[in-house]
This record gives sequence, structure tokens and C-alpha cells, in this order.
Amino acid sequence: MSFPGHYTYWVTIFLMIAGLYIVIARGNLVKKLIGLGIFQTSVYLLYIAPGKLIGGTAPILAASFHTYSNPLPHVLILTAIVVGVATLALGLAIVVRIREAYDTIEEDEILEKDRAEEAEE
Amino acid sequence: MTLLTMMALITVAIVVQRNLFAVVVFGSIYSFLMATALVALDAVDVAMTEASVGAGMSTVLLLGALHLTRGDEVKPLRRPLLPLFVSIVIGAALVYGTFGLPAFSDPQAAIHTHVAPRYLLDSLRETGVPNVVTSVLASYRGYDTLGETTVVFTAGAGVIALLRRRRSEKKK
Repeated sequence: MSFPGHYTYWVTIFLMIAGLYIVIARGNLVKKLIGLGIFQTSVYLLYIAPGKLIGGTAPILAASFHTYSNPLPHVLILTAIVVGVATLALGLAIVVRIREAYDTIEEDEILEKDRAEEAEE
Repeated sequence: MTLLTMMALITVAIVVQRNLFAVVVFGSIYSFLMATALVALDAVDVAMTEASVGAGMSTVLLLGALHLTRGDEVKPLRRPLLPLFVSIVIGAALVYGTFGLPAFSDPQAAIHTHVAPRYLLDSLRETGVPNVVTSVLASYRGYDTLGETTVVFTAGAGVIALLRRRRSEKKK
């Protein structure tokens, strides 16, 4: 275990935890989705950083190169990016709907309105 | 390493900032830094996708949503001590887990010795595509890509269903 050898892991974990913290602690729904996005991008680093070989090149085969970085994480993460933007779009559409129904995108205010409605019934 | 540190700083700015427009701009900067880091890590295909989808499309989507909602985040009613505690505990557990992982760019790590060499050695002969990422994505794992397309289609259909209902309600 060494500091430079594990630095990428630690930054990855920091990004992941920051995303998790935003998702749990912040009440604003748009901010929550951005936190979710940070969580997702940290996973890209988690997958791709171990696949890198120092002295290697991108995995496009050519006669003049012999060391390539691992292509499999790249394939997985390409899929993850596209799925990530799909979830973001769907989440934002739901937020826009919530804003129309409740006139707010703050979680606390939404829960308050729900409780007030229940009390009326 | 510098790039990763810059990314960590931008993330702190995103956590602290309460103006949502500023947060979206920071998010775009974050995605560009991520794309640059991915180029440095030899993942050129992923970097291109991240720059166009992460920094481009996501930002446009978020700005569109901000246009339809409100621009500022209110102060929370209670102090976020419990979430902070949970985050720190999970982070500490994950850092403890990294002590068992191989160091950065270790050629003997399991990731470099098992499946990848087979693709690197045989894919050019089997598929005729020099870019290994393309050959795996489109040829060996074509079904996964089909599944991915299904996910995107479902999300698109969901967005249309959610936003169309709104329009018809307005007409009433």
C-alpha cells in the first residue's frame, strides 16, 4: 500500500461519498439528482482507473504498440454513461411534474403539504 | 493526480453552493475534468461520450429543468449531522477496503491477467475492427448494447408520458 498507488481510489471514494451526502442530506430535488450524477461519475473512475497501464496506449490495435490499457472497463462505462443520462432525464421530468403538483421542489415543503392534506381529511 | 484533486475541489464547491444555476455550471466543469482524466487514463471512447453526454446533454437537461422550476435551494431546517455521520462511516469502510486492492497500474493485477488479453490478442482476427472497445461493444457484447438501447427508449417514453400529461391537463 502506497500513497500514489492508492490516490485514485481515495479520490473516487471521496467523490462517491460527496454524491451520497448530497443525495441524503439535501432537500432540493434538482440538487439530489446532481448528487446522484456525481455518484455515478465516481463509478466511472472506479472502473477505469485500475484498467490503466503506465506506458500503455488506448486499446486501438496498431503494429507500433504492444502495451494497451484494459478495454473491458471502457465498454462497461460507455453503457453506464448513456444509462446515467437516461435516468437523469427521467428524474428531471418527474421533478418538473412534482413542481407543478406541489409548487415546490423542496422535500420538506412537499412532506408538509402532504401532512396538511391528510389532516384536512 | 492534479486533475483528480481539481475534481475533488469542484465537488466540494457543488456541495456547498446553494444557487442551483451555479451548481449546474460547476457540474459541467466537473464533467469536463472527468473527460480529461479519462483521456489521461487511455479511455478515449469513454472520454468522448462523457464530454458530449455528461458535459453537454446533462447540462442542457438540467438547465431546461431549472427553467421550469425555481433557481435557489432553501436552507435546511435541521443540521445534517446524521447524513454526515453515515457518509463518513461508509467512506472510512471503503478506504479500509482499498488497502487490499492492487496499486495503480500494477501489471500483475487480476484485471490485466484474465479476460482482457484474449480480446487484445484475438479480436482483430475475429472481428476485423482495430478498436477493441468498438469490437467488444458492437460484436462480442452486442446484446448488452441492445439492452442499453432498451433502457434509453424506456426512459424517453417515460419522459414523454410524464410531460405530455401535463400539457393535456393545462388544456382542461
